[in-house]
Amino acid sequence: MNFNNVFNEIEKVDADVYDRFDTRRTAMKNFARFSGKLALTAIPLALGSMFKKAYAGTTGTLETAVEILNYALTLEYLESEFYIMGLAQAPIPAGAARGAIEIISKHESAHVVFLTNAIKAAGGTPGAKPAFDFTAGGAFANVFTSYPTFLAVAQVFEDTGVRAYKGRAAELVKGGDLLTAALNIHSVEARHAAHIRSMRKANNFGDAKPWITGKDTTGIGSAVQASYNGEENTIQANIQITNINGMAITANAASEAFDEGLSKDAVLAIVKPFIKA
Amino acid sequence: MPTNNSPQQSQLAASEGRIQSVSRRKFLIFAGASAGVMAVAASCNKDDDNSNMNSGVDLGKDDIGILNYAYALEQLEAAFYTQVILTPFSGMTDGEKALLSDIRDHEVAHREFFKNALAANAIPGLEVDFSSIDFTKRDSVLGTAKAFEDLGVSAYNGAGKLIKLADYLVIAGKIVSVEARHAAYIRDLTSNGSFADSTVVDAMGLDKSRMPMEVLSIAAPYIKTKINASNLPTS
Repeated sequence: MNFNNVFNEIEKVDADVYDRFDTRRTAMKNFARFSGKLALTAIPLALGSMFKKAYAGTTGTLETAVEILNYALTLEYLESEFYIMGLAQAPIPAGAARGAIEIISKHESAHVVFLTNAIKAAGGTPGAKPAFDFTAGGAFANVFTSYPTFLAVAQVFEDTGVRAYKGRAAELVKGGDLLTAALNIHSVEARHAAHIRSMRKANNFGDAKPWITGKDTTGIGSAVQASYNGEENTIQANIQITNINGMAITANAASEAFDEGLSKDAVLAIVKPFIKA
Repeated sequence: MPTNNSPQQSQLAASEGRIQSVSRRKFLIFAGASAGVMAVAASCNKDDDNSNMNSGVDLGKDDIGILNYAYALEQLEAAFYTQVILTPFSGMTDGEKALLSDIRDHEVAHREFFKNALAANAIPGLEVDFSSIDFTKRDSVLGTAKAFEDLGVSAYNGAGKLIKLADYLVIAGKIVSVEARHAAYIRDLTSNGSFADSTVVDAMGLDKSRMPMEVLSIAAPYIKTKINASNLPTS
């Protein structure tokens, strides 16, 4: 955490930032006083409070940030509760499999706490946890009694989670430490996704590589196609990746090399069947 | 050696004279950024160091600088996996070879993407130094792969906030999650279940992020070409 950089960044978008804090010196002193009293893990909270104070009465960035954090919180609630229930009910084999799900579950629960704190600190109100239906209205009726179905739904949640964070990245550009935190969650979701996919492959539940090839659902089927649509893209910033510069890059490899984001609307449509009306 | 100096202060003072293009104030901002930057301070002290900030290939400034920084890292990764597939380590299974070939293709795709996106602004091809890696040995190769992938993830995570144009941030986001998938796979190859262990993911469930100076100092032993990162944005 570099407060100096934080101020430089704010200064670029808000030339009056020091007036809001009186002066840079006062602001730095306030930060120093705050952070001196707090454990390192609590610093984002202090930051949030300072932002809230400084931007009191203005609209824009902070509101967008809170909205994105609440969007992320909904998805983390979904994942967190899914793994808690899975660990309690699903026939996950003891040993490596159970150990991996426990690690992932711990991270998702930690994300819920982190986002809840960040939203509160930024002056927002964390959304309430929705009531979930992990069978998605019966589409995955055996989600907590069948290990293959449990892992299939886990894979879809993780791959979709990665896409969801990525889909909001553009709105967080120049977002400083908030953006960094979102990125630090985003790559953890990708690590989870890769491992769940490897678990499905190792058990012959689906022909899944750790990365997404084309828009392949790895045998899970049309019910989850929306989570993979668009991943087949091979053109990045108007540059064709397939066989780029004469390299032997297949369309499959080109699609794997870049994960694609999903819009908020697309993600909410995907999770809707899992949320009780 | 003044006795009232902490070891860290001494190290800072000793390294300061080496960093001519970076003002003292700027350097102290770097130093404040993270403890890991101490590694840069230390490495700048060596006469033959690769991360000497005043000479070598200039990455440039602003978003171009960050894209060149990513291009440099992708060059390193692509060269590494190209060699891994060219001279497979003893005991590499068919399944491993298939997925390691995938990773090679992904890294080559990333490298060529940045080359084309940067066009005339692209840095030249870098010369790598893999003399410390024994490509015949599984542990040496996978240990290096793990270090490179985790480093790549933390590099993109850290660089995100330095990017000014949303389109570039989105591209970085598209790449970093693939690097994270690689990291998870390689980690599971070295030790199943270590895909997101506590050495990379903290108690808040957050992955690591590293700033360019720290990343380049970690990568420096593997890159023969001198890289000048002094014009990169730091905030």
